[in-house]
Amino acid sequence: MRHIISVLMENEPGALSRVVGLFSQRNFNIETLNVAPTDDPTLSRLTLTTFGSDQVVEQITKQLNKLIDVVKLVDLTEGQHIEREMMLVKVRASGAQRAEVKRTVDIFRGNIVDMTPSIYTIQIVGESDKLDGFLHALSGMHILEVVRTGVSGIARGEKTLSL
Amino acid sequence: MELLSGGEMIARFLKDEGVEYIYGYPGGAALHIYDALHRQSDVKHVLVRHEQAATHMADGYARATGKPGVVLVTSGPGATNTVTGIATAFMDSIPMVVICGQVMSYLIGEDAFQETDMIGVSRPIVKHSFSVKHPSEIPLILKKAFHIASTGRPGPVVVDIPKDMTMPNEKFEYSFPESVSLRSYTPPTKGHSGQIKKAVDLLLAAKRPMIYAGGGVIMGGASEQLTKLAKELGYPVTNTLMGLGGYSATDDQSVGMLGMHGSYEANQAMHHSDLILAIGARFDDRVTNDPDKFCPSAKIIHVDIDPASISKTIRADVPIVGPVIQVLEEMMGLIDDAPARTNQDAIASWWKQINEWRQVHGGRYDTAGDKIKPQAAVEACWRATNGDAYVASDVGQHQMFTAQYYKFSKPYRWINSGGLGTMGFGLPAAMGVKMNFPEETVVCVTGEGSIQMNIQELSTCLQYGIPVKILCLNNGSLGMVRQWQDMNYEGRHSNSYMDSLPEFKTLMDAYRHKYVEIRTKDELDAKMEEAFAMTDQLVFINCYVDPEEHVYPMQVPRGSMRDMFLSKTERT
Ligand SMILES: Cc1ncc(C[n+]2csc(CCOP(=O)(O)OP(=O)(O)O)c2C)c(N)n1
Ligand SMILES: [Mg+2]
Repeated sequence: MRHIISVLMENEPGALSRVVGLFSQRNFNIETLNVAPTDDPTLSRLTLTTFGSDQVVEQITKQLNKLIDVVKLVDLTEGQHIEREMMLVKVRASGAQRAEVKRTVDIFRGNIVDMTPSIYTIQIVGESDKLDGFLHALSGMHILEVVRTGVSGIARGEKTLSL
Repeated sequence: MELLSGGEMIARFLKDEGVEYIYGYPGGAALHIYDALHRQSDVKHVLVRHEQAATHMADGYARATGKPGVVLVTSGPGATNTVTGIATAFMDSIPMVVICGQVMSYLIGEDAFQETDMIGVSRPIVKHSFSVKHPSEIPLILKKAFHIASTGRPGPVVVDIPKDMTMPNEKFEYSFPESVSLRSYTPPTKGHSGQIKKAVDLLLAAKRPMIYAGGGVIMGGASEQLTKLAKELGYPVTNTLMGLGGYSATDDQSVGMLGMHGSYEANQAMHHSDLILAIGARFDDRVTNDPDKFCPSAKIIHVDIDPASISKTIRADVPIVGPVIQVLEEMMGLIDDAPARTNQDAIASWWKQINEWRQVHGGRYDTAGDKIKPQAAVEACWRATNGDAYVASDVGQHQMFTAQYYKFSKPYRWINSGGLGTMGFGLPAAMGVKMNFPEETVVCVTGEGSIQMNIQELSTCLQYGIPVKILCLNNGSLGMVRQWQDMNYEGRHSNSYMDSLPEFKTLMDAYRHKYVEIRTKDELDAKMEEAFAMTDQLVFINCYVDPEEHVYPMQVPRGSMRDMFLSKTERT
């Protein structure tokens, strides 16, 4: 099962390497990972997605919690939540393909954020499935570069991950 | 407030923290700290001959006292030489603070002379680590290091200190932080009462109960509570390799050690049990054998301070996260008040069964032949020390024989590298114990292989007058390796024979220590006594033992708990 684990941790040098190191050390897998400071500059928020049985994910959350730099964490997939990922795609688009790409971008509610006479750079935001879907829709085109941020997420409703 | 340099703060902090001895080795990046140590006399520094030994000395001290051991080394090779010792402490949850010098902060990342990223190198084997960014942070960082190392599930903490944090002429205000709190670190202080109640109900209803107690009982200071609970219930107790002495091995209710080289009765009883109370133990692979075949009819209550130890390899039915001492006390209170009593008839027939199992192997070994059996040597050592010594061990057959035949009746007395299995641990660990308990008998049981991994410490023993006894069970081979080769490689002894052993007698002369040699069975007790009578001398007891001997019982690989080889010719 896919899990999204969101971690509030000390914004200290070395904290990230402890988290990443833990995954390789204990043979856990990381699918996506992102991290940035929060509104409280002493804290960072790290979000990662991983695949594993319930038992493995239980170990992952326990081992993460054991790290001294980790303040709190939540497995977002245990409840209602919103997840988003952002992707930038650079695609060759000239002649008839230009209109075709533009139409696909509109259908996926993306934005063209940069262009040259032969290239579009597209931004797409959404759940990871939607981003996969967009790439699939572009599969006939000449894709030059794909950059994805990895998933970040937040619980729905009153629930928060904060101090 | 006082003004102190970073180096002086370290020395002063250690004094204020109540540290008497630190173990280490100087070098460029640590010289300001060493100079500060030289200008005070409260904290005594022990100069080892190799940094690995400093970590094992600190570790031995920690295991015998429950308090964190302290190590001081320089950057680069000084720091990397501590890695094995840090990993040893980490695997066995031993409190330790390792202070490492580092190159000047402005040189970090430039491959400066003796620069090693010690925070990076040690990351997977520490509970936590700190690097100092400003001298004024030193007291608080050290306080945090001691706090983290010694609370919750203990472990080693590394503090990396760039040389410019300790400049003699840069002084800052010092005050000793009496306490510390970390928002991201709050070790559990109390087990869940509902879960404890559930556990007690299961305990009282059990028909074939087992108490499985690990090193957490010792480090958690809970042997007395464990003994009280076991006595009240009248249930059998088995100890892990790390837990020996947590429950007295000479007590009737003890069924001995369990696991790979556990007793026949302990492994059988575990396998057939209907309820296991696991306390401060972690179901590691040397205990469980194949986890899929582990104790098929047992419900499991698992008490541990580390939530990550619970249900890691074996699923717990009643998980209880908390300090073992508190949980055991609460259990005891509930049992005292409970209207229900244990199931007397069932327990009586359970004991009858266990006593039958006790007859099957019973720790027997072949006493025929004229060679000294290693088991007999350990028993002789037990007699010569009245079963009351601190025993540090190296790693190999001699370690398992000691675990099986030296019947530990008190906690903190058995000092061994259980998790990492570090050859070379024994001598320095024994030294760390002896320095702190000069009146006690401290023996290092070792093999002619292991002792050579830190033999240079004989020099440290001379310098500081550390009269440990070294009992070398000399089988002329890397016995444990040889045993596996006998059992799994048709006796092909690839590189398990060590040619050209040193003349240990000459070696002891060189280091000005005493030497006793034991070659025959009839001189075993007398020579052993002779050696232990030399209380203020280091004595190396070179005891030649049967090189053909194997450690039994031994669990059959990938079997259940009860699948064991009982001798070279018998298996269950
Ligand atoms: C540092 C280290 N290297 C290798 C091993 C693997 N090993 C385990 S036991 C053993 C043999 C130990 O020989 P000795 O000290 O003579 O003890 P014996 O088994 O003969 O009693 C070896 C090589 C180890 N545990 N530690
Ligand atoms: Mg040997």
